[in-house]
Amino acid sequence: MSTHTSTHLTPSNPVYRRRRMLNRLVMLFCVSAAAFGILWLLLILFSLVTKGITALDVTVFTERTRMTGGGLGNAILGSLIMTSLATVAGTIVGVAAGTWLAEYGGQSRLANLTRFINDVLLSAPSIIVGLYIYAIVVLPTGHFSGWAGVAALSVLIIPVVIRATEDMLRLVPNTLREAASALGAHRWWVVCKVCYGGARAGITTGILLGCARISGETAPLIFTSLNTNQWNFFDLGSEMPNLPMTLYQNMTINSFIPRQVELAWAGALILTVAILVLNILARVIAERKKG
Amino acid sequence: MLLDATPGEQAALRREHRRDRFFELSTRGFALLVLVLLATILGSLIVSGWPALAKFGWGFFTEDRWAANLNRFGALPAIYGTLVTSAIAVAIAVPVSLGIAIFLTEKCPRALRRPLGTTVELLAGVPSIIYGMWGVEVLAPFLQSHFPSLFPAGTGLTTAGLILAVMIIPFITAITRDVMQTVPPMMRESAYGLGCTTWEVTRHVIFPSVKAGMVGGVILGLGRALGETMAVTFVIGNNLFFNPTITGQGTSIAALIANQFPEADGLQRSALLALGLMLFVITFIVLALARVMLNRMDQRAPK
Repeated sequence: MSTHTSTHLTPSNPVYRRRRMLNRLVMLFCVSAAAFGILWLLLILFSLVTKGITALDVTVFTERTRMTGGGLGNAILGSLIMTSLATVAGTIVGVAAGTWLAEYGGQSRLANLTRFINDVLLSAPSIIVGLYIYAIVVLPTGHFSGWAGVAALSVLIIPVVIRATEDMLRLVPNTLREAASALGAHRWWVVCKVCYGGARAGITTGILLGCARISGETAPLIFTSLNTNQWNFFDLGSEMPNLPMTLYQNMTINSFIPRQVELAWAGALILTVAILVLNILARVIAERKKG
Repeated sequence: MLLDATPGEQAALRREHRRDRFFELSTRGFALLVLVLLATILGSLIVSGWPALAKFGWGFFTEDRWAANLNRFGALPAIYGTLVTSAIAVAIAVPVSLGIAIFLTEKCPRALRRPLGTTVELLAGVPSIIYGMWGVEVLAPFLQSHFPSLFPAGTGLTTAGLILAVMIIPFITAITRDVMQTVPPMMRESAYGLGCTTWEVTRHVIFPSVKAGMVGGVILGLGRALGETMAVTFVIGNNLFFNPTITGQGTSIAALIANQFPEADGLQRSALLALGLMLFVITFIVLALARVMLNRMDQRAPK
């Protein structure tokens, strides 16, 4: 018996050798897949940084966009305004809806349906949201506007916040709710003071991730806020300049002007860095909570 | 209500009770907004796309050109382009993402696991317009100069498919890695204890137990590729005539909408909105399928 076992395990055993070879081949594939994937992504980041940094200077932030060059100041400001308004609106709606799903909805049919639809909307193509807002806001009012852009971005961030709020509230242990109720607290007070307190970090993370997602959205803005090369401080009733649309136009209809392409790369770098910072901030908040 | 409560206390109780009702009803109203959203998206797209659908009927899906000057609008080139680019993207992204996910969960040195995993997640957040810009500035010229016979213009369906693949790789990798990590270490260790190689553990223990989740992740990636606009618009070539080619220029539903919409009105606008409706229905079905599979995983996974 013992000799039999040992022949099985000797390296000369053909079955053993074949298994080992196959394993090596597959693992080699996995390592090269990882190298391949990371190489492509590094190439993209490399182009982004090298092309972006050369075009970056102070005037990019202070000048408005012009046919002859200029900067991206108005686009950055417009994007900031629209993204922050959409984040605020999305937070109010998303946190409230997520609260109902986690605290009241339970496993009722309505709650499950809402959850399912929300998960689907979470990854629905953003261009559809743009068309939707075009059909219900831009067509009736007759013109593109900053408000339409804010509406489109809000529709995109709401599912993210709902999902985060529900998931985080579910992590709050039931014993905390029971303890508060036993002390005579009413349901709304329990939710507001006890549950939100426990879930605050997680919900903030979700909001920041959602904010990062909508800051880079281009497709929905084509049909809603459009773009302009003027400064637009707070007149949301008219067209609103924004960074993603400026990148798009500079790379397509204005791409015959070399300075516009350079500016587009500078803008792309600013946008990516902003989104990475939001993502990292979200992660740091989530980590600190865990620790 | 407490019988021995003073009138003041009873009033306070009633007030709190009203607040409770108000809080529950208002949050439920916001939750219902999600359903309203879905209904109004469908409704508004049907209403605004109807003139075109009524005029062209089934011909809308078989007409082989999108010719605004002739008022002839066919979705065939866009449908074909959407399917081909997504198929190319998924065909490339799935093996690569699986490879990266296996590497990350099974082979990667512990010290590198977290940084690499975080990098993948961060890359999934890079906006798609950046991928598009890179495609038109770097990838298309590269393909044009190195494979001029296949890519005479550099842009085309395959170029778009490649960009989409690079875009959805981090996405599919992140989901696949997450579901693979839900396999209890005990199962993995038992298989290793029986003398299985890493590949055998992956193939016979991990894959069967997370199959639904992995398929769900892949379909979610497919849904993303189908509806992607900005990464594709730059490099697909915007050929509005049906051309049964894999490497040549074409268009996709999303790219066609983004390109034509700003100058469209009347029938053309309605036709573009009908295209949007079609895209929404397709992606809704695909995403719903993915969700059903991922939810099945969630119920089983130990939290």
